[in-house]
Amino acid sequence: MSLLEVRDLFVEFRTRDGVARAVNGVSYTVEAGETLAVLGESGSGKSVTAQAVMGILDMPPGRITGGEILFQGRDLLSLPEEERRRIRGSKMAMIFQDALSSLNPVLTVGFQLAEMFRVHQGLGRKEARARAVELMERVRIPAARQRVGDFPHQFSGGMRQRIMIAMALALEPDLIIADEPTTALDVTVQAQVMELLAELQREFTMGLILITHDLGVVADVADKIAVMYAGRIVETAPVKELYQAPAHPYTKGLLDSIPRLDQKGQQLNVIRGMPPSLLDIPPGCAYNPRCPMARAVCRTDEPPLYEVSAQRRSACHFWREMFDGR
Amino acid sequence: MGRYVVRRLLQMIPVFIGTTFLIFVMVYAVGDPVNAMFGERAPDPATAEQLREEFNLDKPIWQQYVLYMGNIFTGDFGNAFNGQPVTELMATAFPITIRLAALAIVFEILVGITLGVLTGLRRGRPIDSGVLMLTLVVISVPTFVTGSLAQYLLGVKWGWISPAVSPAAPLRELLLPGLVLALVSLAYVTRLTRTSIAENARADYVRTAVAKGLSRRRVTVRHLLRNSLIPVVTFLGTDVGNLMAGALVTERIFNIHGVGFQLWQGIVRQNSPTVVGFVTVLVIVFLLANLLVDLLYAVLDPRIRYA
Amino acid sequence: MTGTPAIEGPGGAMEELAEEGGGGLKGAPPSGRGRPARGRSMWSDAWHELRRNPVFVVAGLIIAFLVLISLWPGLIATRDPLSCRLGRSLDPSSAGHWFGFDTQGCDVYTRVVYGARTSVTVGVCATAGVAVLGSLLGGLAGFFGGVWDALLSRLTDIFFGIPIVLGGLVFLSMTGSRSVWTVVTFIVLLGWPQVARIARGSVITVKQNDYVQAARALGAGNARMMVRHILPNAVAPVIVTATIALGTYISLEATLSYLGVGLQPPTISWGADISAASQGMQFRNAPHILLYPAAALSVTVLAFIMLGDAVRDALDPKLR
Repeated sequence: MSLLEVRDLFVEFRTRDGVARAVNGVSYTVEAGETLAVLGESGSGKSVTAQAVMGILDMPPGRITGGEILFQGRDLLSLPEEERRRIRGSKMAMIFQDALSSLNPVLTVGFQLAEMFRVHQGLGRKEARARAVELMERVRIPAARQRVGDFPHQFSGGMRQRIMIAMALALEPDLIIADEPTTALDVTVQAQVMELLAELQREFTMGLILITHDLGVVADVADKIAVMYAGRIVETAPVKELYQAPAHPYTKGLLDSIPRLDQKGQQLNVIRGMPPSLLDIPPGCAYNPRCPMARAVCRTDEPPLYEVSAQRRSACHFWREMFDGR
Repeated sequence: MGRYVVRRLLQMIPVFIGTTFLIFVMVYAVGDPVNAMFGERAPDPATAEQLREEFNLDKPIWQQYVLYMGNIFTGDFGNAFNGQPVTELMATAFPITIRLAALAIVFEILVGITLGVLTGLRRGRPIDSGVLMLTLVVISVPTFVTGSLAQYLLGVKWGWISPAVSPAAPLRELLLPGLVLALVSLAYVTRLTRTSIAENARADYVRTAVAKGLSRRRVTVRHLLRNSLIPVVTFLGTDVGNLMAGALVTERIFNIHGVGFQLWQGIVRQNSPTVVGFVTVLVIVFLLANLLVDLLYAVLDPRIRYA
Repeated sequence: MTGTPAIEGPGGAMEELAEEGGGGLKGAPPSGRGRPARGRSMWSDAWHELRRNPVFVVAGLIIAFLVLISLWPGLIATRDPLSCRLGRSLDPSSAGHWFGFDTQGCDVYTRVVYGARTSVTVGVCATAGVAVLGSLLGGLAGFFGGVWDALLSRLTDIFFGIPIVLGGLVFLSMTGSRSVWTVVTFIVLLGWPQVARIARGSVITVKQNDYVQAARALGAGNARMMVRHILPNAVAPVIVTATIALGTYISLEATLSYLGVGLQPPTISWGADISAASQGMQFRNAPHILLYPAAALSVTVLAFIMLGDAVRDALDPKLR
């Protein structure tokens, strides 16, 4: 039994201009102690999928129209809200991108950390506060005891993100979803925060879903990758294999667009065009208007996830050619 | 923080002088208090001259103002022309108006914030649109119309309440006038709370609170409401001064002998010390309320620093 | 945090109404293109939005009707509002006299119709005066900053210290005879700081936008900056505030007339008529003398406030 198994998930949003199909049949699994990186541009459905797993989608306008989310063997979507609430925060937790806006500006960090213990474990004010200090020390915030009464805006960006991590770790959950945890941080701080996160994950043998658009971050910490495009998974693979030989032209495009020192002076390879509007996803393969390999069949038939190897899948009709070309 | 308060108090001084001087000029320069004392008949010139001298009315206006302010700060607001000290009038009038304004604030908080939260969480639904339209109607109907209508319907037609308030103005009799006084501000509180709640409900920190596994109730009360009420409290603070002045109309409708009534009497009789005295105190209340709001704002929102 | 946020009287809280929605109006997103393209899209977008808004349509129709009968009251009222017969004092409605008679024996219907002219005149003139004076002073202070700005800020603080109904009671009671123009002058004198503050704020916001800084760096002169870049962007918040203010000024005139310091006979004012009806609770036995002018006044104010509300929603990009 996997820790988390998302099966054929569909999510759509009703907007004034029509129905936006944000997630269209996404499936992935995460095992205990494993890190899954979900990669994609904004609007690819990576965050929406994660929010559906956490159960924090805004409904309405959002709506889950199909699929299952199995967490430790139970289908979350069929659980009553009260039971899901108990799982949130204690069994699975989430780290958000912008810690400054994600922490409540008018409550002290101590209160916000202690709240986890008070609500889920019924601890008293003093005891919860002491645990909050412990947590802050654990994520290596200097002078934790003095700073427990400070407000979020009094911390630096990196320290704030540590507090977010501490909050997620508070009840030692089995699964952590980190939604672009380092995007808002300075490059030097990014590495420290990622390192801390990876270290704590190993220590607690938690499953980690790392949502990002930064290929650099992924290579160091992830075990496997799922690449998303227009609400679908276009490729899944173990990290090393994917970097060595992508099996989908979109993945290849992403890898090629990383600036490289050894190609200094050459033009940067960017993917031409824009991601499609979720209100109007092109028929066939959603990537076909931007794909250098696109042919007639790509405009009519939606590619299934072909089995490339035991651990790899690709949603490209011509995945074989991807390897031949090398 | 102490330094900030001192600085703000110092900043208030020119505003206070400017405002009271403006009022002083209006009352003393535009009207003629001595002529007014004698009503229809023309005063004997010698007597008038004597009176003018007695009340410093023969001096230049700025000198009159300085003399007057000097007296005020020794607690002497002068006498009404009938000989009764103005402070005595204030001692009976202010408690009544304060009671009325306090009632109005309570209505604004209880009804306004509740409606605002309910509609803000249901933005776009029928109840939201309905309440929103209703607030526009309430804002549009002038207070004296609402008051007169309420007086007619509840007091005269259905006879639920006594249409006028007795001189002692007990709290029970002030309930309806308090509501009438509160109505327009109440509508603003509703709209303000609604906008604020709806805006904050989409905030990232609310999503975090949900992700923490907090109950809906706790998310709303502990996280959402606390943030959303900041602008509302600001409004309520500035409203204190307005309510004192707005009582002018309400007190007239229900014949309540408060500040508005005394001010009205002072104006009808062109009794300058009464008018200037009451207005001066109202201006002080108004300015202090604004200062209080600024301080409160910083308490509610830790991101604000006293600079 | 130096300014004192102030709202006073019926004319007061409008600032709140105009700015609610988080002040989304203040900094309309700058566009790299020139003014004409930007201006066109913003205003035509707003117009498109407005036409589909039933609130705007209803308010617009009511206001059009009000303006029409203000200009030609004879269209729907054939009698003379000032010819009254005491013998018919407080008579209820009858054929040809739908709204009955007031204390003086005047036809209430005719007086209600003619009252529209007074209200619309006061509202429109006072708003025009306040908008022009306020945006001029506020705009200049915001644009030039420094001493002028400080001076204006202190001055507005002083005016905000006087609740407007209170000021009206004191000031207007000292003037002997009062015409529509006395009341309009008073409202302009006490109302301009509200618009000045908003104009100042939006000018400062616009001034700090990158494209204005760029234009300045390229050597655009003061006059050109004002006309081409700042004015078109600062004007939207002023329009919204002014529209809502129009309604509240009508309400203010009525309130002042009710308190006996507004308009005097022979000028016909709904506020004065309601005041007369309330005198010694005369409406006790003849509610029609209270209800009809009250309804006319309320609908008029509501129409203007609804219009302002709709315009604000349309011009506020945040809510779209």
